[in-house]
Amino acid sequence: MLENTDVRTLREVVVRFSGDSGDGMQLAGNIFSNVSAGEGNQISTFPDYPAEIRAPQGSLSGVSGFQVHVGVGVHTPGDEADVLVAMNPAALKTNLQYLKKGGVIICDSDTFRPADLKKALYTTDDPIAELGIDPKQVLLVPMTTLLKETLKDSGMDAKSIMKCKNMLALGIVCWLFERDLDAVLRKLQAKFAKKPAVYEANAKVLQAGWDFGHNTHSSLSTYRIETEATRPGIYTDVNGNTATAWGLILASEKSGRPLFLGSYPITPATDILHELAKRKDLGVKACQMEDEIAGICSAIGASYAGHLAVTSTSGPGLALKSEALGLAVIAELPLVVIDVQRGGPSTGLPTKTEQTDLFQALYGRNGESPLCVLAAASPTDCFTMAFEAARIAIEHMTPVILLTDAFIANGSSAWRIPEPGDFPEIRPNYLPQEKLEAGWRPYQRDEESLVRYWALPGTEGAQHRVGGLEKDFNTSVISTDGPNHEKMVKTRREKIARISSCIPPLSVQGNPASDTILVGWGGTYGHLLTAAAELQNHGTSVALAHFRYINPLPGNALDLLRRYDNIIVAELNTGMFADYLQSKLPGKNIRRINKIEGQPFLVHEIVDGVEEILNGNR
Amino acid sequence: MEQTFTPQDYKNQLNVRWCPGCGDHAILNVLHKAMAEVGVAPHDTVVVSGIGCSSRLPYYMNTYGMHTIHGRAAAIATGVKTANPQLTVWQISGDGDGLAIGGNHFIHAVRRNVDINMLLFNNKIYGLTKGQYSPTSARGTISKSSPYGTTEDPFIPAELCFGARGNFFARGIDVALDTTKEVLVAAARHKGASVVEILQNCVIFNNGIHTCITDKERRFDHTIHLRHGEKMLFGKDMEKGLVQDGFGLKAVTVGEDGYTMDDVLVHDAHTPSNFLHQQLAMMDGDSLPLAIGVIRDVQAPTYESDVQAQVAEVRAKKNYSGLRELILATKETWEVK
Repeated sequence: MLENTDVRTLREVVVRFSGDSGDGMQLAGNIFSNVSAGEGNQISTFPDYPAEIRAPQGSLSGVSGFQVHVGVGVHTPGDEADVLVAMNPAALKTNLQYLKKGGVIICDSDTFRPADLKKALYTTDDPIAELGIDPKQVLLVPMTTLLKETLKDSGMDAKSIMKCKNMLALGIVCWLFERDLDAVLRKLQAKFAKKPAVYEANAKVLQAGWDFGHNTHSSLSTYRIETEATRPGIYTDVNGNTATAWGLILASEKSGRPLFLGSYPITPATDILHELAKRKDLGVKACQMEDEIAGICSAIGASYAGHLAVTSTSGPGLALKSEALGLAVIAELPLVVIDVQRGGPSTGLPTKTEQTDLFQALYGRNGESPLCVLAAASPTDCFTMAFEAARIAIEHMTPVILLTDAFIANGSSAWRIPEPGDFPEIRPNYLPQEKLEAGWRPYQRDEESLVRYWALPGTEGAQHRVGGLEKDFNTSVISTDGPNHEKMVKTRREKIARISSCIPPLSVQGNPASDTILVGWGGTYGHLLTAAAELQNHGTSVALAHFRYINPLPGNALDLLRRYDNIIVAELNTGMFADYLQSKLPGKNIRRINKIEGQPFLVHEIVDGVEEILNGNR
Repeated sequence: MEQTFTPQDYKNQLNVRWCPGCGDHAILNVLHKAMAEVGVAPHDTVVVSGIGCSSRLPYYMNTYGMHTIHGRAAAIATGVKTANPQLTVWQISGDGDGLAIGGNHFIHAVRRNVDINMLLFNNKIYGLTKGQYSPTSARGTISKSSPYGTTEDPFIPAELCFGARGNFFARGIDVALDTTKEVLVAAARHKGASVVEILQNCVIFNNGIHTCITDKERRFDHTIHLRHGEKMLFGKDMEKGLVQDGFGLKAVTVGEDGYTMDDVLVHDAHTPSNFLHQQLAMMDGDSLPLAIGVIRDVQAPTYESDVQAQVAEVRAKKNYSGLRELILATKETWEVK
């Protein structure tokens, strides 16, 4: 029947898998994106899951989604889905809003039973009609029946059989987009290497899904997705949290300082702890401490003892760490703090994304306590920026906060594994022997960078005391002298400011000659880049500047921004970065596009915002 | 030949700024002596403290040292020791720093059994903030923040230590220099978290709080110096002893009421059960003498050495040359040419 099927070619496609938390939607989505990446597509994924681990089955609050965007020019998980997979009526109801107009719905018609409909708060027995969906869009699949039929001779119990349902859905999606089933099978084989029976069952169900699409639905089009030549190299897919952990490991290799993590579980940062705990096989010491404070404090101890020391957390945890961060500031010890931002304040929206910790990172400490703040732009950029955070911390003897967020931490994309030599050596500012012999003091500094020297315990003759009390600029002993304190405050501030000469300058994308520049920072990069391209298509060409170095700013940043008549900052908060820039660009009227819904931007929200501002409608 | 050190090697030139007459002076001097006796080089020694009068101590050492933030010394010391187990780590806290704001870190460092020597200077008062009651102040203590007396019960540090499954607990007194040195040396030689409570006098805000025990005349009858393997005897002429009395302990005079030397218990600091250790540690100097010396000293696996061993084991098994090899070996990859 395939000859009757219309094959259309698409540049890119968005598929949203949705179901109960336990339906295995994330696995199905991950396999689909991995296989697509292997076929040369760019990929971007976005898991959207509830705070409850297992909310009541079939309920609206228990639905989790996993959105996959594959193809060419893919920088975000996509605003709207071309295909929505809904494993039950609750998933259909909550996820319909993410479906593109005219998009395809694949759902399990066996779940349209009265009890299921009631749990999802339907008032009629026809969810399709009740939601106002055009039946022509919908591919109703009796998934449960097909599943049971396919595995009836497997000898598996009913519960184990139901666990394979996600593969049925995946099989249908693979048929729809002409994915190579052998590649899927290889991934399943790897996943279930130790459970051959489970592999066999999943493989059978996957094929059944593919066959269902192939045999019964010649009326639907299948799609071929364009591939794009990418930079040569070996690729894998990675999410932001894993990339963060790996960036730190590379920094440890490049600096020669062993890696220590002191951490405490907190959503959505815990996967960094998980990954580094596994990496004992690379010599990492990852310690789960008794609380957030002990997480950072053990890291400060490890830093003093000569390690690349890291603590990982999210907003509430960063709040608990602020006093200890002040200690690292005044003791001038290298320390990396990863803050995977989530919705706040307080417990807020723990599984959702925001950029609302910017001020906390910049200012959330007592006293004058400047430190370096960085932000990662995408899942794979987490690797680069974690490396950068460690480089700056070690070379400049300062705490560095790296801001990522739930969106890029859990989202994944294809990542080129760095070749040896892609990243620079990291050079700790060790105490030189001749300085030691010349009567070194612990707060003595390199004249150019103002960085103090790092003397590691165990070194004979370099015994020294550091601590939270102010020290004399010359003698390094405790000092309460007023003018000395001011000098030390200014010195520590200047030390951070001088980092700007050791980071890459800000570059402009889009149309640099435009009189409008769209500005963003951190995890919104993909959306802003796509929005700039879309604006170009609308005839509104803008420049785009995306910040990953927040404090200090790149040396050229302010002069560059001053050239533009319109500066528009888009961010997932009420305007923190805009305020920050405004304080440094007093003559400019910085405009804002903001969203605080716990969800990433939709590209059209940025496009609309820019157009409204430029048309004077905002 | 191993290098030997003198107390002078652990001392630096800074003027010590505690109040004249403060018990901390004596403890500092004894600590220098204990360190020399243990013989770990100053450059292999790290002293970590929190905040409070006693926490100024690292500034008076010629070792590596960190004067940190209130309550967090145990967590920071855990990081130092776990990162580099070759270092000998001492942690200095007062009763407020260690048991109030730092109570959580205290119990977890003890539970983990990190090999750090945790000195708890107990003067039952907040000194640096000028005289508020502490978590070790007795019920009813009148202080600036409890003008009508406290309405809460104190921690007994030993009880907290045993509750956290501590394997080493010793007690010293600031004025009993030899005992204090003895327990500090024992703490340093013990592998694992060693808790040493040192009863210390705050001459300004809580003067004489330990006098009923430390007074020269009273000391013999109100304290007992426990030593592993020795009879539990006390009194001016060692004429009194501790005997078993049902599930509890009783102080008797040897030769009276039918008690002979055979009835007097022999101290066993190394027995794994902490039942008797806890009873000994809870004696308050009133009806039973306050125990000083090493009360419990039991070997158990230490946190940092097990972390190190696990790293070495997993590393040897996988034998990756680095991150790149690990990713290539464990992740699904594809090549773009």
